[in-house]
Amino acid sequence: MDKQDTQDTQANPQASGARPVLEGPDIARVLTRIAHEIVERAKGADDVVLLGIPTRGVFLAQRLAVKLEQITDRKIPVGSLDITMYRDDLRMHPPRALARTEIPGDGIDGRLVVLVDDVLFSGRTIRAALDALNDIGRPRAVQLAVLVDRGHRELPIRADYVGKNLPTSLRETVKVQLAEEDGRDTVLLGAKPAGQ
Amino acid sequence: MSKILIRGAKVLGGEPQDVLIDGGTIAEVGTGLSAEGAEVVEADGKVLLPGLVDLHTHLREPGREDSETVLTGTRAAASGGYTAVFAMANTFPVADTAGVVEQVYRLGRDHGYCDVQPIGAVTVGLEGKKLAELGAMHESAAGVTVFSDDGKCVDDAVIMRRALEYVKAFGGVVAQHAQEPRLTEGAQMNEGVVSAELGLGGWPAVAEESIIARDVLLAEHVGSRVHICHLSTAGSVEIVRWAKSRGIDVTAEVTPHHLLLTDEMVRTYNPVYKVNPPLRTERDVLALREALADGTIDIVATDHAPHPHEDKDCEWAAAAMGMVGLETALSVVQATMVDTGLLDWAGVADRMSVKPARIGQATGHGRPVSAGEPANLTLVDTEYRGQVDPAGFASRSRNTPYEGRELPGRVTHTWLRGKATLVDGKLT
Amino acid sequence: MQRHLISAADLTRDDAVLILDTAEEMARVADRPIKKLPTLRGRTIVNLFFEDSTRTRISFEAAEKRLSADVINFTAKGSSVSKGESLKDTAQTLEAMGVDAVVIRHGASGAPYRLANSGWIDAAVINAGDGTHQHPTQALLDAFTMRRRLVGRDAGLGQDLSGRRITVVGDVLHSRVARSNVDLLHTLGAEVTLVAPPTLVPVGVEAWPCEVSYDLDSTLPKCDAVMMLRVQRERMNAAFFPTEREYSRRYGLDGDRMAKLPEHAIVMHPGPMVRGMEITAEVADSDRCTAVEQVANGVSIRMAVLYLLLGGNEPAVSHARTNEEK
Repeated sequence: MDKQDTQDTQANPQASGARPVLEGPDIARVLTRIAHEIVERAKGADDVVLLGIPTRGVFLAQRLAVKLEQITDRKIPVGSLDITMYRDDLRMHPPRALARTEIPGDGIDGRLVVLVDDVLFSGRTIRAALDALNDIGRPRAVQLAVLVDRGHRELPIRADYVGKNLPTSLRETVKVQLAEEDGRDTVLLGAKPAGQ
Repeated sequence: MSKILIRGAKVLGGEPQDVLIDGGTIAEVGTGLSAEGAEVVEADGKVLLPGLVDLHTHLREPGREDSETVLTGTRAAASGGYTAVFAMANTFPVADTAGVVEQVYRLGRDHGYCDVQPIGAVTVGLEGKKLAELGAMHESAAGVTVFSDDGKCVDDAVIMRRALEYVKAFGGVVAQHAQEPRLTEGAQMNEGVVSAELGLGGWPAVAEESIIARDVLLAEHVGSRVHICHLSTAGSVEIVRWAKSRGIDVTAEVTPHHLLLTDEMVRTYNPVYKVNPPLRTERDVLALREALADGTIDIVATDHAPHPHEDKDCEWAAAAMGMVGLETALSVVQATMVDTGLLDWAGVADRMSVKPARIGQATGHGRPVSAGEPANLTLVDTEYRGQVDPAGFASRSRNTPYEGRELPGRVTHTWLRGKATLVDGKLT
Repeated sequence: MQRHLISAADLTRDDAVLILDTAEEMARVADRPIKKLPTLRGRTIVNLFFEDSTRTRISFEAAEKRLSADVINFTAKGSSVSKGESLKDTAQTLEAMGVDAVVIRHGASGAPYRLANSGWIDAAVINAGDGTHQHPTQALLDAFTMRRRLVGRDAGLGQDLSGRRITVVGDVLHSRVARSNVDLLHTLGAEVTLVAPPTLVPVGVEAWPCEVSYDLDSTLPKCDAVMMLRVQRERMNAAFFPTEREYSRRYGLDGDRMAKLPEHAIVMHPGPMVRGMEITAEVADSDRCTAVEQVANGVSIRMAVLYLLLGGNEPAVSHARTNEEK
């Protein structure tokens, strides 16, 4: 599953010869563009709720919220949606520590929920997120914003807002680093270590 | 009966000698004896001991033939080097009449693997209330001289006093199972650090010691002889030592398992370690070994207590108490007493044959290995090292705490009045 | 790898904190319109109760159902067990029906340990209270309640109970709750003091990682939480204490004693409470008493334990006692 994939390579991306495909300023610019697109598509974004998928999706959602607030001059509800217990590969790994699900006070019923994640890969994370959302409420609509779409979908899922389309091979890894978690902003493209 | 020459055996662990058996008796002991007309057993440095005598065996027949019978129990005894066992009275029906003790006695004699000397119950039905017909049991064909309510304590001081006095008339002895019943209600294991952690009902040492203290004082008061079964605590040792120093006629036994195992084993909650009296602490084990070495404790008795598999394959509280012991006793004694330097083989013969025969008045057993004596003998390969495999037991039950444990020594031959009951480790 | 939860003593500090952190997230599920997660879909759990304990069974059942497990309730009463069927046969019968985990409550200390280690079954075993031995999920929910109240819901995440002083009062001798709490609270860095009449303290307590006192009044002013254990009236028939009145006078918690506690300190009780014995109605009904909260927290803790033991291909909780025996 894609979340697992990004985390596997966390340890030492440079060792596998990773090269940056997006740097700090690119990420900021891309998020600004996505914010504008959301306002455009949502006709003012007055019922938008941003839900980031932990870990890095949450930081991206928070950054998007700031940008949306600058554009619309309104408070944008932002939260997090942990999908761990909805994953379809639970039985393939030891149980993972849970992350926080934090739904903004007014809930999601009747609102436009924009899910935010760092990398879109197989689509299974988003499938799990849709299931999780289903147990929390009934949004008017659900959209998806991702920083990077690296292709290789295994489910009929697509993103509504894409920071960068990044054609990759399955032998490559895509790793997003964000200042809040990793100390700097960058997207790295690397080769999978042998044997994985 | 034919002649047997045991060649090159270390008699009581001494220098190799030849022992010639003719019929039921030892004809000659010496070096370079003639093998003419005799079947030769090459002892090859093995240790020859007088046949072992167990003062404390549960043969279960009559009543619990699913766990042991006189036949299977005496075969187990022969496997372990025993030529005489004392069968405890807690059968169904209880051995509290001449009829039951004679039945057990005859079964043992008919099977011929080992002499069976029944122990009579002290009180009717082991209930501690009314004396059983001790005299009748003594006068029966079984000739009972040892009386015990083992499994239960004769806790009523007056009944105990009367029993001690009464058996003096015919030279009997009361063997007390020392367990104060009120202090051990719901008791599951030794009371101490481990029981506190495991949440199992505690069995305090004082429940044993208080009864022993009372009984040695009673024995002194009425001028009787008293025997203490399966003594298990350091405190009990102190009391017996004090009583002996005071001239009180007391003897005491210790089981092999109390010489080796501690209550730490109970942490597995495996009921194979559930036994009465319970396994105690390391400190107790060391005190028991020392007491056996210095003679404070007179003998080793197995308290061989067979139970069917289902009575142990369950949760601790539901399990039966007791362990089989006849087939591992000598190995455990070698491990804990001989290999540790506390006792030599002559000492082992004394604690496992001579003294138990004397306490139980088992005529013809526990005699010296010399010409003219009954040929009750056992040959031990003391160099052997191997894991205990209950599948090979002759006993009907397998409830041994030593499964898979490496123990030294192995009995290869046993002769009962010149007749081999065990040859090369195989029952005849 | 140990797949069972038998004793609170088996948990490392990190295991315990992970369970508490997970429970904190599980607790939030209770606030949602749909209080259910698909996590244990297709797993079958049997609640094997040889002792009556409606509270504990319902708590486990709620936790199992919130995680979408299939639940089978088996109570010994009226079943083949009362006709002499053994624990082993019962367990094997259940496993033959395809059970993934057994939550067991048994009157015999060590029964869950036996079930987990005797090779009778393959299923994971969770101890829901055995004799006077252990009740690990109770200790976990107590620690969870303490962390929430004394450290904070969010502030507590990742934290243990270092330096907190906990007093446990009552029938320690017969209490699996006391044993479990002493083990777990010690692992979590708390300082535990047991208070009881000497008759209700086990011989061998000196090896436990806690203090023992016979005087309640002197310990109250310096504790962060006081946990009152149930004292059964029948105990006085076995001479553990003379009368109910004397017990409650010396070891019961009433309003005056509660006033001696520091401002922030809480009063805990695993339930069921014997009002008028170890605790007065005034204390039981006060804001400082967390008894009801403990019940709610019990579901979250049990969800966390079930998820961490059964939610993946192997347990996330490593145990200290793993494979130590045999």
